[in-house]
Amino acid sequence: MSAFLTIDNVSRLFGPKLNTGEKIAVKLGGKVETRSVRAVSDVTLSVSKGETLGLVGESGCGKSTLGRLIAGILPPSSGTVTIEGVPVMSNGKKVTTRVQTVFQDPFASLDPRMKVGETVAEGPIAHGLTTRANSKAYVAEWFERVGLDPVWVDRYPHQFSGGQRQRIAIARALAMQPDLLICDEPVASLDVSIQAQIINLFLELTKRLNLTCVFISHDLSVVQHVSDRVAVMYLGRIVELGPVAQVFGHPAHPYTAALFGSVPKLVLDADELVHFDTIAGEVPSPLSPPAGCYYHPRCPLASSGCRTAPPPTTPVSDVRSVACYHSDQQLDRAKRS
Amino acid sequence: MSAGPSRLALFWAEYSENKIAVLALVVVVVMILLALFAALISPQNPYDLANLSLRDSRRPPGFVGSGGYTHILGTDPQGRDLLSAIFYGLRISIQIGLAAGFVSLSIGTTLGILAAYLGGRVETLIMRLVDLQLSFPAILLALVIVALLGQGKAQLIGALVAAQYAYFARTAYGAAKAERGKDYIEAALATPLSARLVLWRHMLPNCTPPLIVVATVQIANSISLEATLSFLGLGLPVTEPSLGMLISNGFPYMMSGRYWISVYPGVALIILIVAINIVGDQVRDQFNPRLRK
Repeated sequence: MSAFLTIDNVSRLFGPKLNTGEKIAVKLGGKVETRSVRAVSDVTLSVSKGETLGLVGESGCGKSTLGRLIAGILPPSSGTVTIEGVPVMSNGKKVTTRVQTVFQDPFASLDPRMKVGETVAEGPIAHGLTTRANSKAYVAEWFERVGLDPVWVDRYPHQFSGGQRQRIAIARALAMQPDLLICDEPVASLDVSIQAQIINLFLELTKRLNLTCVFISHDLSVVQHVSDRVAVMYLGRIVELGPVAQVFGHPAHPYTAALFGSVPKLVLDADELVHFDTIAGEVPSPLSPPAGCYYHPRCPLASSGCRTAPPPTTPVSDVRSVACYHSDQQLDRAKRS
Repeated sequence: MSAGPSRLALFWAEYSENKIAVLALVVVVVMILLALFAALISPQNPYDLANLSLRDSRRPPGFVGSGGYTHILGTDPQGRDLLSAIFYGLRISIQIGLAAGFVSLSIGTTLGILAAYLGGRVETLIMRLVDLQLSFPAILLALVIVALLGQGKAQLIGALVAAQYAYFARTAYGAAKAERGKDYIEAALATPLSARLVLWRHMLPNCTPPLIVVATVQIANSISLEATLSFLGLGLPVTEPSLGMLISNGFPYMMSGRYWISVYPGVALIILIVAINIVGDQVRDQFNPRLRK
């Protein structure tokens, strides 16, 4: 399969914005925080046409930042994001409409003072996908596709429930006729009963429209359900990548294993109190990440080699890769349990 | 789920709960009507010098002058009927207040939103200038500008705008800065939509509530600032007295018992400003969810 979306060696740093006073203080040797956070660090990935890539990791691991880099909301500090060879951004500006985003919180992502129909119509009109005269019919069509009654176009966001708002947000993204959809935790702020509806809608639409998708979530069961492949992130680096069934079944990275182990499961007939494994220790400060493998302070398999140099990304099979010196050991453990 | 009553209807329902605010709104509307129809309801045209007679000057309320009608509120030192002068003076005050209010609203809002959106050097430049200006009294700046530009309506409005745009810029900046980081702005920019479209269609409408509040207060402030400048003799020419100048004209006679020349225009000015402020306070309370019951 040829790559549709290519993420080539992309990094993103967030530095503190120094004001004039702080700049003078730095020059005079004052103690001002000048270090940058490497939110996304040398990520290389490719996604083929029609595929759904799940992006998982703890909060603060950089998965949303990576999503924003792909969506053209943030320019990368280095590296490029291209769709079929065409860059998403140039000179810090997004230059394509082929990638669109569905945001996490539908209560914040819709303009509260704009009628929802106008919100959906705005982009397509600005980019010539429809005319102002035809926009009513165009919006109505997309409202129907996402399961909303087209008579609601003249209402405001506050008149809708969370699930309906997320449908409007999906309609807004799809009305731009994208090839690539970035879903940044699209169900995290919805009621559990609504989550399933939105996920089913999403699966149906990506299939029908042959969309390529990057699905960001910390909910592993959702990712397992919607994704073809999954990428696991830790402190801005991708530590493991592969088909969902394989990564979830036999994690090759100790972090992946620990992440799955910490998911609370329903245990029937349990006589004693069920204990869930948690990952030992805290996530290190991204301002001063540990040397070598970022995961080594918390890793049960860590050896001296892990403390000196970060492990390179190495293929496990022709479809899987992992960044760990001890992936063989980890795979053995995974197969035994 | 129902469409429900419109935002305006809901706003009015809440507004009308406060009877004092309703009364204040009625007063403001009546004063605006008096100002609009000053020429129809005034017994005299106080700006037409041919109508004035010095024989009628400084007469007390109830005096029947050479025109053959009763001067209900008396006359001023030029022999003007005070009631007519107050109606015409209200017209000037409201005109100048509204004009200065809206011009400074547009200028200040544009600067504030641009500063918040563009950030960096533009932000620093605009907002430091605004801070600098807010750090000394508006009247001082207005005095200097009127002294430089000379007298006249346009000059006066210019001076008021220069003194007041900073309040709007500050408010618009604060509101826009808060909106800038919200998802819906990011979503619009990520489409991508042009900055002009995002500012005009998303940012501006979401910054309006605090601006409406500041606008009502600043219109009242413009009116009192204009009255102050006129009182100090820096306002409009003496042939077209505004309320401030009427007060000023009567000031020398306060101690000689001819109180009405200053007091009646003063009362009119106070009623207007207090009424606008009460309306403004109520609007502010309704826009601020924290003050909601």
